[in-house]
Amino acid sequence: MKKIADAFDGKKAFIAYLMAGDPSLEKSAENILAAQAGGADLIEIGIPFSDPVAEGPVIEAAAARALAAGTQLQDVLTMVASIQDRVHIPLLLMTYCNPVYVYGYAKFFARCAEVGVCGVIIPDLPFEEQAEAQVHARQHGVEMVTLIAPTSQERVAKIASEAEGFIYLVSSLGVTGVRSEITTDLAAIVADIKQHTNTPVAIGFGISTPEQAALYAQVTDGVIVGSAIVQLIEQHGEHAAPHVEKYIASMKSAM
Amino acid sequence: MTPGRFGDFGGQYVPETLMAVLHELIAAYEQAKQDPQFQADYAALLRDYAGRPSLLYYAENLTKHLGGAKIYLKREDLNHTGSHKINNVLGQALLAKRMGKTRLIAETGAGQHGVATATAATLLGMECEIFMGREDTQRQALNVYRMRLLGAQVHEVTSGTQTLKDAVNETMREWTRRMDDTHYLIGSVMGPHPFPTMVRDFQAIISREIKQQILAETGRLPDAVVACIGGGSNAIGAFYDFIGDPSVRLIGCEAAGHGIASGMHAATMSVGTKGVFHGMKSLFCQDEHGQIAPVHSISAGLDYPGVGPEHAQLLVSGRTECVAVTDEEAVNAFETLSRIEGIIPAIESSHAVAHVLKLAKALPPEQVIVCNLSGRGDKDVAAIARYKGEDIDEKNS
Repeated sequence: MKKIADAFDGKKAFIAYLMAGDPSLEKSAENILAAQAGGADLIEIGIPFSDPVAEGPVIEAAAARALAAGTQLQDVLTMVASIQDRVHIPLLLMTYCNPVYVYGYAKFFARCAEVGVCGVIIPDLPFEEQAEAQVHARQHGVEMVTLIAPTSQERVAKIASEAEGFIYLVSSLGVTGVRSEITTDLAAIVADIKQHTNTPVAIGFGISTPEQAALYAQVTDGVIVGSAIVQLIEQHGEHAAPHVEKYIASMKSAM
Repeated sequence: MTPGRFGDFGGQYVPETLMAVLHELIAAYEQAKQDPQFQADYAALLRDYAGRPSLLYYAENLTKHLGGAKIYLKREDLNHTGSHKINNVLGQALLAKRMGKTRLIAETGAGQHGVATATAATLLGMECEIFMGREDTQRQALNVYRMRLLGAQVHEVTSGTQTLKDAVNETMREWTRRMDDTHYLIGSVMGPHPFPTMVRDFQAIISREIKQQILAETGRLPDAVVACIGGGSNAIGAFYDFIGDPSVRLIGCEAAGHGIASGMHAATMSVGTKGVFHGMKSLFCQDEHGQIAPVHSISAGLDYPGVGPEHAQLLVSGRTECVAVTDEEAVNAFETLSRIEGIIPAIESSHAVAHVLKLAKALPPEQVIVCNLSGRGDKDVAAIARYKGEDIDEKNS
């Protein structure tokens, strides 16, 4: 069985995010396989939510397009099941608490396990609130990835020591989106995290260029790119797959 | 599970980036509550600046007109800035200042909370930025100008449904970007802990005053307290001191828009289901997939797909009742109170008045109803005229 840890096994992980259902679930399946072919070590598949408060305009717009195309949580699970045999890297689902809560935590994590999803990221379910979902996730062997932010400070110890899968280090204040510069002292935060855990640390929010990927791969175990890929898919629509593959290959080779 | 729970409702469902600033706020609020100086400063502002206590007025004309229970109006509309919003705003602004924050950000629907926040920012020498859905900036243009006049920057929110929910999304995003010097002054008993508790504490003065005033006036507790509910801040304020008095019916009036059957409403407590949104577990108008539903109300202040977690718990436990009032009924109440009492209520408050018009008739004359008149209706006059097919935009002479 695939595990999140596979993505970090002896290498720096490149983690790709895309929004399921943008422009269609069929195309998302293609883009996932293209991301894998380009060298992605792990893929986060976004499930659209009407009000994504942690998201910047790029991913918010992608969620709106996916919803307009009729994409819902159960459809994303079905799509993942359809490519299960062709994907050899670990897959994660990323969405907001409400679609999962309404679907039902128990049913959701059972389905995740069935379709081969290794982990889940729910940005509006912070450490203190995680227990209500985690009890079901553990039952089905699905890992819940926790986030650490530049503001976490004294929270780092408790979050890190209970982390599973990997730790999603938020590079900057604010929402997701491409940034030209990241000013947080990431090395210091990573050093702090590493005192409390061996769980790998991957950094996301604002990374889009091979130069940034190279730079942040030096201080962390992996690099997460979302908005840049979502933008690429927006730009190329139905024909994004080769562009996704090429872009990820360029990012991966820089790391 | 985090503190700030009302039964299973409440909690702190926010991105990690905001957790530290919420903990900072909880600590600061706990400390301020115990500090006599803070309490004295807050009480002085409420008295000298907001004009509290607000009157409890016996609406004799309306009572006679309906021929049933005695109707008292709690005149929150007479507060400075024209609504109950100032009670909470002064408390939070003082707290933010004490925490060393120099900038206030807030969402607003009808604009009453935005105006109150802009006012407090000016008074306390703080910067102020208000987020308001584009649809609301159009239907409440007067309040947009008031906020600008008071020195606040008003951001039009063009995402989603361009109303209150989207204004909250955008203000949360802004807080995530910048929290060092910035306090998000949430205007209702919603959002992550400590907001539902803190805002309720700052609004509870309404029911404390009602209780004193009605006992002094009639020597008894009221039989019912009626208030409108969007997020629920004026309602929790009007209910809170009566929760332990089981003889007092507590009735929340939410927006039924074009009618619940039409699907164009904001009747969260009547038809909403449990969910997690805007930092809290509560009841929401949403579809079967957990997507937050677009809602509708003539009243921008009630046009919200959720309700505060304490209201959800009070309703589920059976302590409170809720009724849904249509746009048409609210407009009718707006006109009725204007013509019979000479008081123009906010269109939000008109939802409560509309239910009182029905309830008073159904109850005997020895019973007493208190209606919380949460705001004044000057801001709504142009919109109501439009609703009635009359264009009263002032033209250049």
